[in-house]
Amino acid sequence: MSTAVLQARGVRKSFGHTEVLSGIDLDVTPGETVVVLGPSGSGKSTFLRCINLLESLDAGRITVDGRDVGYDVRNGRLHELSPNEIARRRRDIGMVFQQFNLFPHMTALENIVEAPIAVLGEGRREATARAVELLAEVGLAGREKAYPRQLSGGQQQRVAIARALAMRPKLMLFDEPTSALDPELVGEVLATMKRLASAGLTMVVVTHEISFAREAADRVVFMDAGQVVEQGTPEQVIDNPQHERTRAFLSRFL
Amino acid sequence: MATTVQDARAAGLELDVRNAAHRKHPWRWLSALVVLVFAAQLVKMLVTNENFGWDVVWAWLRAESIVRGLGITLMLTVVAMVIGVVLGVLLAVCRISANPLLRAAAGLYIWFFRGTPTLVQLIFFYNLSALLPTLNLGIPFGPVFASVDTNTLITPLLAAILGLGLNEGAYMAEIVRGGLLSVDPGQREAGQALGMKNSRIMKRIILPQAMRFIVPPTGNQVISMVKATALVSVIALSDLLYTAQSIYNRTFETIPMLIVVCLWYLAVTSVLYVVQSFIERHYNRGARHQAPSFWDFLRIRPKGLAA
Repeated sequence: MSTAVLQARGVRKSFGHTEVLSGIDLDVTPGETVVVLGPSGSGKSTFLRCINLLESLDAGRITVDGRDVGYDVRNGRLHELSPNEIARRRRDIGMVFQQFNLFPHMTALENIVEAPIAVLGEGRREATARAVELLAEVGLAGREKAYPRQLSGGQQQRVAIARALAMRPKLMLFDEPTSALDPELVGEVLATMKRLASAGLTMVVVTHEISFAREAADRVVFMDAGQVVEQGTPEQVIDNPQHERTRAFLSRFL
Repeated sequence: MATTVQDARAAGLELDVRNAAHRKHPWRWLSALVVLVFAAQLVKMLVTNENFGWDVVWAWLRAESIVRGLGITLMLTVVAMVIGVVLGVLLAVCRISANPLLRAAAGLYIWFFRGTPTLVQLIFFYNLSALLPTLNLGIPFGPVFASVDTNTLITPLLAAILGLGLNEGAYMAEIVRGGLLSVDPGQREAGQALGMKNSRIMKRIILPQAMRFIVPPTGNQVISMVKATALVSVIALSDLLYTAQSIYNRTFETIPMLIVVCLWYLAVTSVLYVVQSFIERHYNRGARHQAPSFWDFLRIRPKGLAA
């Protein structure tokens, strides 16, 4: 149990009167790639945003590397942390957004070195050297000085992946990373993610790319209506789904 | 040899838009003529009408008292704008904060200072001693730690600074708030996901992007402020206008002195316009549209527009 990087227990979340998450349990072990599938509105993105506390939880508990992101345990009770302490705990959790969210007023290089310098206190020289390496790793060597708008969507998303990796995260969250891309640019981003998965990065990926789930996932989790319907290896969930809801969802991709 | 549609079709393949005849613009030539006539009239009046008193204008333009008045005007502009910008940022952050008390307090402040005339506020501060003979620092209904006579504290200069600065703060707050809200919420989330503190996100991510929306209207505010400082002449502060007024009250050279004043205001606002265009270009890094260059107004065919 204590070896899990991510542990979620009974996570509930409502927006107004609509319950989006109705008790989610999930464990992710080190080096594992978990792909979360499910129809739109099933709560998978909300769950991902709860992990690094971009959304607060209404009930239940999520720990990353054994600690709650937003709380301290004192005298057997959870106590809310201050915004600065929450920021400190988010360091270890990388996130890649559907809309990239690169900083448009900074070059690719500046985007990557900003947080290592500001948050981890790395020296500029050291951070820059590593940023150049990371850009090469995602196939963008030589584009250090490009501003985001000068890059294609696929290139922007790969810079965003490099930016998250620069923090040396213990867990990476991908929130529909290819949904905003033109179809011909999806492949380059998925290829980068597959390399990270096989390099042993712990990843939770929310996506609609069934082929990515089949090729890169150690485990596939199918969510619907705020609940985990079933989970297992890609062969079990994608090729031999047990639940009617999973079958109905997958049939649309055949 | 009248060309028919039939001919054009026959010749169609050899024609090339490069060699097309340009449209004629007879109305432009006519309007240019009208403008020229009016301009000639204006020049004739400027030269021949002795009431302008150009010799008097020239003599007073660089007189020591006028330059000192200009100095007061510039100093007031700078101090009032600094107070306005600092106050504006604070009020804007309060307006969008999660704390309902701060939101309401900032809203009330903005409502009051935008809802009453600047001139009235200036006179109000000038006459503050009639409302509060002494200003006390202490606990309400409790002990007083320090006390000062309002009349000695609130000089015309301080009344002017307070009146203009506090007023400007209310307008700047709305400009800054608009700028902050124009930045995509995903930018804040990206900063948060990287573990950045809120203050750092504001300083490095949000504000630099908001500046693109804040700088142009702030430039206008500065230019307005240069002119708004003329209001302080009603509280007997010797700015540019008040100095000129006290001279023409003595010499009765009203029009030449007002021209001196206008020339100085125009000189200052022109310089500010150039500075603003440079600052706008700086904050447009990475943006899709470049801010217009200062010299663009000299172009006959606007850049980027299909001519």
